Amino acid sequence: MKRKLIGAVVGAAIMSLATGQAYAQAKAPAPKLSGDMVKIGVLTDMSGVYSDLGGQGSVTAAQMAIDDFKAQAKPSWKIDLVYADHQNKADVGSNKAREWYDTQGVDMITDALNSAVALAVSKVTLEKNRILIDTGAASTRLTNEDCSPNTVHYVYDTYALANGPGKAVTKQGKDSWFFLTADYAFGHSLEKDTADAVKANGGKVVGAVRHPLNASDFSSFLLQAQSSKAKVVGLANAGGDTINSIKAANEFGLTKNQTIVGLLTTIIDIHALGLSTTQGMMFTEGFYWNLNNETREWSRRFFGKHKKMPSMLHAGTYSAVMTYLKAVQATGTDDAATVMKKMKATPINDFFAKNGKIREDGRMEHDMYLVEVKKPAESKEPWDYYNIKAVIPASEAFQPMSLSRCPLVKK
Amino acid sequence: MSEIFGIPIQAFMGQLMLGLVNGSFYATLSLGLAVIFGMLNIINFAHGALYMAGAMLAWMGLNYFGIGYWWSLLLAPLGVGLIGIVIERSMLQWLYKLDHLYGLLLTFGLALILEGLFRDLYGVSGLPYSIPEEFAGAYNLGFMFLPKYRAWVILASLLVCFATWFVIEKTPLGAYLRAATENPKLTQAFGINVPLMVMLTYGFGVALAGFAGVLAAPAMQVSPLMGSNLIIVVFAVVVIGGMGSILGSIVTGLGLGMIEGLTKVFYPEASSTVVFIIMAIVLLVRPAGLFGREK
Repeated sequence: MKRKLIGAVVGAAIMSLATGQAYAQAKAPAPKLSGDMVKIGVLTDMSGVYSDLGGQGSVTAAQMAIDDFKAQAKPSWKIDLVYADHQNKADVGSNKAREWYDTQGVDMITDALNSAVALAVSKVTLEKNRILIDTGAASTRLTNEDCSPNTVHYVYDTYALANGPGKAVTKQGKDSWFFLTADYAFGHSLEKDTADAVKANGGKVVGAVRHPLNASDFSSFLLQAQSSKAKVVGLANAGGDTINSIKAANEFGLTKNQTIVGLLTTIIDIHALGLSTTQGMMFTEGFYWNLNNETREWSRRFFGKHKKMPSMLHAGTYSAVMTYLKAVQATGTDDAATVMKKMKATPINDFFAKNGKIREDGRMEHDMYLVEVKKPAESKEPWDYYNIKAVIPASEAFQPMSLSRCPLVKK
Repeated sequence: MSEIFGIPIQAFMGQLMLGLVNGSFYATLSLGLAVIFGMLNIINFAHGALYMAGAMLAWMGLNYFGIGYWWSLLLAPLGVGLIGIVIERSMLQWLYKLDHLYGLLLTFGLALILEGLFRDLYGVSGLPYSIPEEFAGAYNLGFMFLPKYRAWVILASLLVCFATWFVIEKTPLGAYLRAATENPKLTQAFGINVPLMVMLTYGFGVALAGFAGVLAAPAMQVSPLMGSNLIIVVFAVVVIGGMGSILGSIVTGLGLGMIEGLTKVFYPEASSTVVFIIMAIVLLVRPAGLFGREK
C-alpha cells in the first residue's frame, strides 16, 4: 500500500516535470501575440477596506487606458480586460493570477494592492513568465529582497512615503516625533523607514504606540501621543485606521499644538473626513489631480465615469496600462522579457509621470509631492484639497540603487 | 507626581474615563442583544449592521433632508426599529421554534446584505459627520481633557440603559414581557397578544443599536464596516455578562470598556484581545456568565 502511494507520488512528480518541459518548449518560438490578443487583468480589492483606493476605480482607469490606446494607436490586435476581487487574501490573489495565466491567457496583471497579495502574485508571475505592474502595494520588498525581472513597482512604496515627510517636516524644526503604528508588518516598516529619515535629518523619536489593526477607538492612543509632548505625531497606519485616528486627534485637540503627519494618507481619506478635520496635515502623494492642465483634463474625464476624483493608484493604473500597451505595440510581441526590456528602456512621459524610469530592480522612479491640506476657506471647488509644499524629485523620492537589496542589481 | 503601576495617576484616570466612553457603546449594544436573546431566543448577528444603519440614517437625514443631530437621535432609532419590525414579521417569526443556529445564520446573512448595500452606495472610506455645535470644546477635568461630546455619550447611554432595565424589571409591561418568554402559551391564554409583544421587543432591541449608531456617528467615522468591527466584541460582552441578562450586559459593557482602556496603556498590542481572554476565563469558571442563571 505504502509502496503504491510512493509510486503514485513519484509518478505524479515526473508527469508534472514532463508537462512543464512541454510547456516550456511550446513557449520557446514565441508567437507574435499569444492568443492573438493582449489580455490585461486588474486584480484588486473590490469590496474591502482598500476598495475606494483601488477597486472599481482601477478597473475604470484601466479601461480608459485601453480605449485611449485603441483610439490613438489603432492596433490591429484585440485588447481584453478582466478583473477580480482578491479580498485582501494572498492565497485568493495568487490562485486567481494562476488561473488567469494558465487558462485565460492574461499577459499582464496590474493594481494588485495589498503587499501580501502583491508578493504572492509577483512569485506566480515570475513562474509563469508574464508581467506584473503593481500600482497599489506599499512594501519595498517588491523591489528589494523579493524583486523579480517580471515585476514593476509603479506608483509608491513605504520608502517614498516615509522619506518625504520624515525629511521635510523635520527640517522645518518639527524635530520630535511620536508614532501611532498599526501592529503588523506594513505599519512597522513604515514606522522604521520614517524614523530613519527623521534621525538622519537631526530629529528624534520620543516614543511609539502599537495599535491592533482595525481598532475601533483611537482616543487612548492619541492621549498617549498627546502626553508625549512630541511636536509631530506620525500615523503609520492606513485606510479606516488613519481616518479614525485623525478624527479623534481633532476631537482631543491634538491638532492645536502638534502636527499630524499621515504616512499613508490619500485624497480618498481627506475626502472622507472633510477639510475642517484635516486642515494642516502633511503627507506624500504620488499624484494630485489639480497639478496642471494635463492632470486636470484626465482627472475630469475619470470623474465623469467614476464620480470621484482619482487616487494615485487610479492614475498610476492608467499610466501603467498605457506604458505596457505602447511597449507591446513597439515590439510587436507580448513576450514578457522583450516587453519588459522595452519598458525599461523607454522613459515614461504622460500626465502621471514626467521622465519616469523603470529601474533594473523594477522600481519606477518619478516625482512625488509633499502636500499640505488646505483650510476650508482656501478650497475653491470640490476636491480642491492640497497645497503642494514641495516636489520631491524622482532621484530623491525612492530608495537609491546603492542601498538596493535586490539580487538582480549588479553592483 | 503619584503613580499607579509606573504611569502617572492623571494618565491612568484619563484612560479609565475613555474606557468608560467605549464601555457605554458596548453596554448599549449588548443590552439590545441581551433583550432580543432573552425574549426571542434569537442570536441577532445583524446587530452590528443595524448599528451602522443608525449612523447611516443620521448621516442621510442630515445631508438629504437637513435633519439635525437631535432629531436624528429620535428618528434614526425609530427608522432602524421599523426595519427590525419588518425583518421580524417577514422572516424571523418563522424561526423561533427551530434551533438557534437558524436565527444566527439568517441574521448573519442580513448583516452581509445590509453592509454590502451601503458599501455599494457610499464606498468604504466612510462619511464625515461633525460634532453638534452644543458639544464643541472640552471639559478640563484636572486629570484630563474630556471632549464634551464624549461626556454626553456616557450620560445618554447610561440614561437609556437604566430606562430599559427599569421598564423590563420593574413595570407591569416588563412583567408581561418576561411572562411571555417564560411561557408564551399560558401568557396568551391570559389575553395578552404575545406575537405583538415579541415583534415590538425585537424592534426595540434593534432601535437601541440604531441609537448607539447615532451616538457613534460624530465620534467615529460613519462607514459601512463600522458595525462589523464592533459586533464580535459586543458578543463577547454578552457572553461574559450572561446570555440574556439585562443588568449583566450593562455592567459588563462598562467594566470591559474600562479594562480595555487600561490595556491600551499597559500593553496596547493586546487591547483587541483582552476581552476574549476574559471571555475564555469566565466561560471556564462560570459557563453561564457573570450574571447569568444556569437553566
